[in-house]
Amino acid sequence: MLAHLGTRTLTGVVVVVGVVTLTFLLVRLAPGDPVERLLGPTATAAQLAAQRRAFGLDRPVAAQYAMWLGRFARGDWGRSIATGRPVRALLGDAVPATLALVGTSLVLSYLLGLVVGAWQSRAGPRVDATLSMITVTLFALPGFWLGLMLVMAFTYWAHWFPAFGAAGLDADGLTGWSRLADRLRHFALPLTTLTLIGVGGAARYVRGAMRDVLGQPFVRTAEAKGLSPFHVTRRHVARNALIPVVTMLGLSLPALFSGAVFVEAVFGWPGVGRRLVEAVQARDYPVVVAATAVTAVLVVAGNLLTDLGVAWIDPRIRRGKGAA
Amino acid sequence: MRRLWRDRRAACSVAVLAIVSGAAVAGPLVSTGRPAAQHDIVATRFLRPLATDDSGSFHALGTDRFGRDVWTRLVYGARVSLAVGALAVLLSVLIGVLVGGAAGFWPGPVRTSLLALTDFVLALPRVVLLLLLAAMARPSATLVIVVLGLTGWMSVARLVHGEVRSLAARPFVEGAVALGVSRRRVLVRHILPNALTPVIVSAALGLGNAITLEAGLSFLGLGVQPPTPSWGNMIASGRDTLVNAPWVAAAPGVALVLVVVACTLLGDALQDALNPATRYLPHRLPP
Repeated sequence: MLAHLGTRTLTGVVVVVGVVTLTFLLVRLAPGDPVERLLGPTATAAQLAAQRRAFGLDRPVAAQYAMWLGRFARGDWGRSIATGRPVRALLGDAVPATLALVGTSLVLSYLLGLVVGAWQSRAGPRVDATLSMITVTLFALPGFWLGLMLVMAFTYWAHWFPAFGAAGLDADGLTGWSRLADRLRHFALPLTTLTLIGVGGAARYVRGAMRDVLGQPFVRTAEAKGLSPFHVTRRHVARNALIPVVTMLGLSLPALFSGAVFVEAVFGWPGVGRRLVEAVQARDYPVVVAATAVTAVLVVAGNLLTDLGVAWIDPRIRRGKGAA
Repeated sequence: MRRLWRDRRAACSVAVLAIVSGAAVAGPLVSTGRPAAQHDIVATRFLRPLATDDSGSFHALGTDRFGRDVWTRLVYGARVSLAVGALAVLLSVLIGVLVGGAAGFWPGPVRTSLLALTDFVLALPRVVLLLLLAAMARPSATLVIVVLGLTGWMSVARLVHGEVRSLAARPFVEGAVALGVSRRRVLVRHILPNALTPVIVSAALGLGNAITLEAGLSFLGLGVQPPTPSWGNMIASGRDTLVNAPWVAAAPGVALVLVVVACTLLGDALQDALNPATRYLPHRLPP
């Protein structure tokens, strides 16, 4: 198990380094120059060249990469070209916002997905078909469109929830409960959007996994020896069905972060995804590379946690006997 | 195939996809034929669905802020969205079959390096990659196709790799090799055609995904550029008029969801039809 985790960690590090290198090269190959955008159309060639030299952009890409990597490893992530703020501070605010959004929605979607999927796997054909139709539709909803529709219903028509940002304009003046309530009201719509889509996917996997297990001989044996249906479902079916579901949970992390990019863009949620979209549009090299690195680290860390989760559920893997 | 037609999901999905692509192909016949046409903007903008304007033209889905007919734009947007999605899936299937076929057939360093490459790209967050690639050139439909194709081939490669490896051990392949057929010919003529079945399922699911991502990129302004209508940039333009003209953003979204649901259900039905083992599971175990 430890050896397996070691290999996985090493693979994760390779992936992160690869992502960072690839990003670094891609943004520099891209047409468009952050310095031109920063100085505007009236800048002279001499001014542009001086500013490029100041940012180190006149050196060869390999030299830029080596310099950047050394600084990055030491914790100096540079400054945003567009805003002048230190990249670490910029992302330091964004990471908790994204983690809160993605984490809460992941937990909620899989809890709800487990309930719906388990219900479906044991329900009659009609209930199963109806629920399948609902989950497949939820799964198909594009996050940015669902977000807009929720804004239309709950912000413009019902006036229940705000549509933009993580806190109201008067948030600094609020204290205690009213501050918390303000935060939660801003959290409601982005969270609902991501969770509704997530439930669709989770329920589909849970249903499939549960039905695979239900067809196994040991389930029939458990029923034949007179165990109650609840006991069979909980101890024998659910536990075995959880293995593919938890694995899927890990594999769905990149998709969830991807979905969060669009949802953050719609709701102006101050997370990593929104920063990334803004930085790509402004060719803000330091922010793009750092935001990509942070996303990659979060995804890789999530996958490692998933591996641990699977090992915790499945004793065969924990004792190193199973094919891990 | 007969089993597939008896599946109601498959029949409904094919019907939806046929209607949408039919409308897209017959664009000029089922709509005004001019998606960018503007008349008197002040008089014709933000007309509600089912409204008739002063010049007597009927707008089934209303008009947007420039007085353009939403139904016409929806039909012409379908052309762009469906074509971009289909071509992107085609490209990713092509890359996936090449990579997966090579990895499955040539063991050793070829397999190891190709599988490592697949796993690596699979671990990247796709939208981050999309954003970066889309930012590399001037946004256009071609760019979206290439970018979606380059980031969507991994699951196909894995499927094909597995199929090819299991097929390579079958007697008919050994037979072909024993007859002196060249290895490349064995792969192309004997193995790949048999390995393509699961790829069809993956392509059906991938089509829905590609159409959604195209819409997402266009929504962020990195995909198909206005005034060419695509469902994504239609939703983006409807975003600003959500309060007084919600139909502008709602209509393309509904169309998008319909098509993606149809693709997903078709993929599910294909999967069940190709893999009969899952069909005979009891819905409810006897008490």
